[in-house]
Amino acid sequence: MTLELTGASRRDLLKASVVSGGLVLSFSIAPKAEAAETAGSQALNAYVRIAPNGLVTIMAKNPEIGQGVKTSLPMMIAEELDVAWENVRIEQADNDPKLFSRQFAGGSLATPMNWDDLRRVGAVARAMLVNAAATAWNCPAGECKTADGHVIHVSTGRKTPYGVLAGQCAGVAAPDPKTVPLKNPKDYKIIGKPKPQYDTKKIVTGAPLFGIDVRLPGMLYATYEKAPVFGAKVASADVDAAKAVKGVKKVFVVDGGTDLSGLLPGVAVVADSWWQAKKGRTALKTKWADHPTAKQNSALFDETAKKLAAGPAQKTLRKDGDPDAAVAGEAKKVEAAYFYPFLAHAPLEPQNTTAWFKDGKLEIWAPSQNPEPGRQLVAKTLGMKPDDITVHMTRCGGGFGRRLSNDYMVEAAWIARETGAPVKLLWSREDDMHHDFYRPAGYHFFSGGVDAKGNVVAWKDHFVTFGQGDQTSSSANIGPTEFPSRFVANFQLDQSTMPLGVPTGPMRAPGSNGIAFAMQSYIDELAHAAGADPLAFRKQLLGDKPMVGEGAGAYNAGRMQGVLAAVEKMSNWKDRAKLPAGTGMGVAFHFSHAGYFAEVVQATVNKATGAVKVDKVWLAADVGRQIVNPLGAMNQVQGAAIEGLSHALYQKITIVDGAAKQSNFGDYPLLRMAAAPPVEVQFVTTDYPPTGLGEPALPPVLPALTNAIFAATGKRIRSLPIDPSQLKA
Amino acid sequence: MAYKLNVNGKVLEADVEPDTPLLWTLRDTLGITGPKFGCGVAQCGACTVHIDGKATRSCVFPVSAVGAAQVTTIEAMENHPIGKKVQAAWMELDVAQCGYCQPGQIMAATALLAKTPKPTDADIDQAMTNICRCATYTRIRAAIKKASGQAVKA
Ligand code: FES
Ligand code: FES
Repeated sequence: MTLELTGASRRDLLKASVVSGGLVLSFSIAPKAEAAETAGSQALNAYVRIAPNGLVTIMAKNPEIGQGVKTSLPMMIAEELDVAWENVRIEQADNDPKLFSRQFAGGSLATPMNWDDLRRVGAVARAMLVNAAATAWNCPAGECKTADGHVIHVSTGRKTPYGVLAGQCAGVAAPDPKTVPLKNPKDYKIIGKPKPQYDTKKIVTGAPLFGIDVRLPGMLYATYEKAPVFGAKVASADVDAAKAVKGVKKVFVVDGGTDLSGLLPGVAVVADSWWQAKKGRTALKTKWADHPTAKQNSALFDETAKKLAAGPAQKTLRKDGDPDAAVAGEAKKVEAAYFYPFLAHAPLEPQNTTAWFKDGKLEIWAPSQNPEPGRQLVAKTLGMKPDDITVHMTRCGGGFGRRLSNDYMVEAAWIARETGAPVKLLWSREDDMHHDFYRPAGYHFFSGGVDAKGNVVAWKDHFVTFGQGDQTSSSANIGPTEFPSRFVANFQLDQSTMPLGVPTGPMRAPGSNGIAFAMQSYIDELAHAAGADPLAFRKQLLGDKPMVGEGAGAYNAGRMQGVLAAVEKMSNWKDRAKLPAGTGMGVAFHFSHAGYFAEVVQATVNKATGAVKVDKVWLAADVGRQIVNPLGAMNQVQGAAIEGLSHALYQKITIVDGAAKQSNFGDYPLLRMAAAPPVEVQFVTTDYPPTGLGEPALPPVLPALTNAIFAATGKRIRSLPIDPSQLKA
Repeated sequence: MAYKLNVNGKVLEADVEPDTPLLWTLRDTLGITGPKFGCGVAQCGACTVHIDGKATRSCVFPVSAVGAAQVTTIEAMENHPIGKKVQAAWMELDVAQCGYCQPGQIMAATALLAKTPKPTDADIDQAMTNICRCATYTRIRAAIKKASGQAVKA
């Protein structure tokens, strides 16, 4: 019932490194802990070990949060190594940047950042095996090929399994990863083929995989109570009452600091079981010191935003042409204000970490998306050397960006050291909802206009967000190249900020997940004003120049036109007038995380209740020339689309007196089965390097839905989540 | 208080206070960690187990109310005639993303199929109220159809 604790031993391996370009290939020799079936394995590098029986162990370097990288990254290695997928065993790596460089889950970057390197890891190991065979056969390596875990001498047909050759690779220098030959994609046997997640059997049988499942001998359970107002100090707590609760072992106040992403003040209750710790916590009756953030409220933010929008912008992020002059003429003028709320990430596995402080060293098991910064935070906060801290990565029960912050890790580390025993800290759902790094709310005040030919003649967006002067809160920023920047000659993007004491952070498709709703809804308003088909209007806006801008701000309008045309066809857009009354189709597109996505939603609005039913989603995606694992890719994209619908239909965090009002799935509902529509997906392949899929499918679905509601009812949703009472006929 | 519980066909002893939810008795005291914690207030279904065959949210079910009932968790589904079919369908369609909700989903689906061997979409909508934060609903629906021998459109 315990997670395998084999990780630490890998630190003791003999290591040597070859560095070539960005790729660090470390060679680990003589691993100590092998599973029985892979006994006697020989390491060819930090990622690949081969057992005499031919079984290949591949390390999964990055945290698995449900995005499928524990399967898809090893697929890249296995492909170039040229082994049968059935013979591959995957092992989760520990956090070890010396061996595996950056190990994190964010930005939809696992594929683009590892695509080249990990294929080379496999190819280097393959070349070593070929060399070993060629040496044994006394022939040039060029006379050999590989297939299915064997090296074959082409002319004689002699054949030796990798399992036999691996032993001869010990201590042999690796070829240069930069020049090692890679396969022609047409020969791929693993990449591009649907592979179920490696852990699927363990998942469906309930095997211990997640952080919350870690159990250590003599382990105690902890809860940690923090102020509802972020960063407020403990004024008083009835520590004795909590200690009197059965099973409670230790209760103590933690001073903490003021950094909202670090160790905050609170009271720890440690007990024999989590339930006892929770009961002890109830007895604390903690009182909190006053804190200035308690003056902040969502209602106040709304008011302040309006005031800021009415005045001159604090900053102009971009200005092309003269939008004010351009709308003064013949153009049809359209003004609209858009709002999206704070959101909580609410991954289904509440935050937790198990920590064990022993002999001056700390061992940590954590579901983290970003373990190395977690280790550094723990080192700094506890005054330890990072080298004395080991972080094991457990599977994460969802991430969505929440676990890029390691606040719960540092809390567990502190509590474990104070307690002197292994401790599992587990947050309640309420803790999680009250102490998130929220998707920041945002306000867009648009004005612009269209001419009679359906051209956008002016576009002005005054974006009101959170921050201090120019410095926006985390994920509360907007870029000067955000569409339709550069597609409208008279374009202006202004920004004003208001202060925020509530922590914010990246959430699946950060920035984009709110911005797309505002932009693509307003585009729809302009299309309507022009009397144009909203999809044709978008094509016209994208224009016929394929590439706009360069470098980080490059926007490939040709690729966007491609997905837009695809989704038009898939959804049978041209026949939408035949839909029954009360049913409508909406379209939207968005570029983020290097991916081009266009989506159509069909929705039906109940006249009597205003209830919205999403009938179907069509989604066209362009993430380049190669989908690594089509089975996982489909799951990511469908899930992202349905998550976006959930944002639009239900989700909102309200700040009241400096604290999040919502506390659990009762008042922060998520979409469930009955509301989940079918999502039809098409991957449009274009000859570009493969990019990530975890995020970019989400943003366009929100405006596609609200645009569909407009088509169905003539009512424009300008504020999220959708309020059905406004849609009653 | 010491309770004798029938869990997965075995009698197990747990010394816990009467108000302890079955979920924490299973997870912390008995080391049965397949049932997951997601909300603690019967909202998400991650903690679903069977009590005498009925899908039950164990986070709000006090251990003192279990009595002589048979408690079955995800760990025993491989030996359950319907449960193992559900698990096989789940694996074949690769339902999971993070996987955290899936033990609860499988328990709910198994209970549904035990009562309604060929569920319609409406039956599925009604019975499957567990939250999947990763929104794998499309595949959950397809896997239930598959496990019940009905045609699946992916
Ligand atoms: S943990 Fe029991 S229903 Fe959510
Ligand atoms: S698979 Fe992640 S919550 Fe369902």
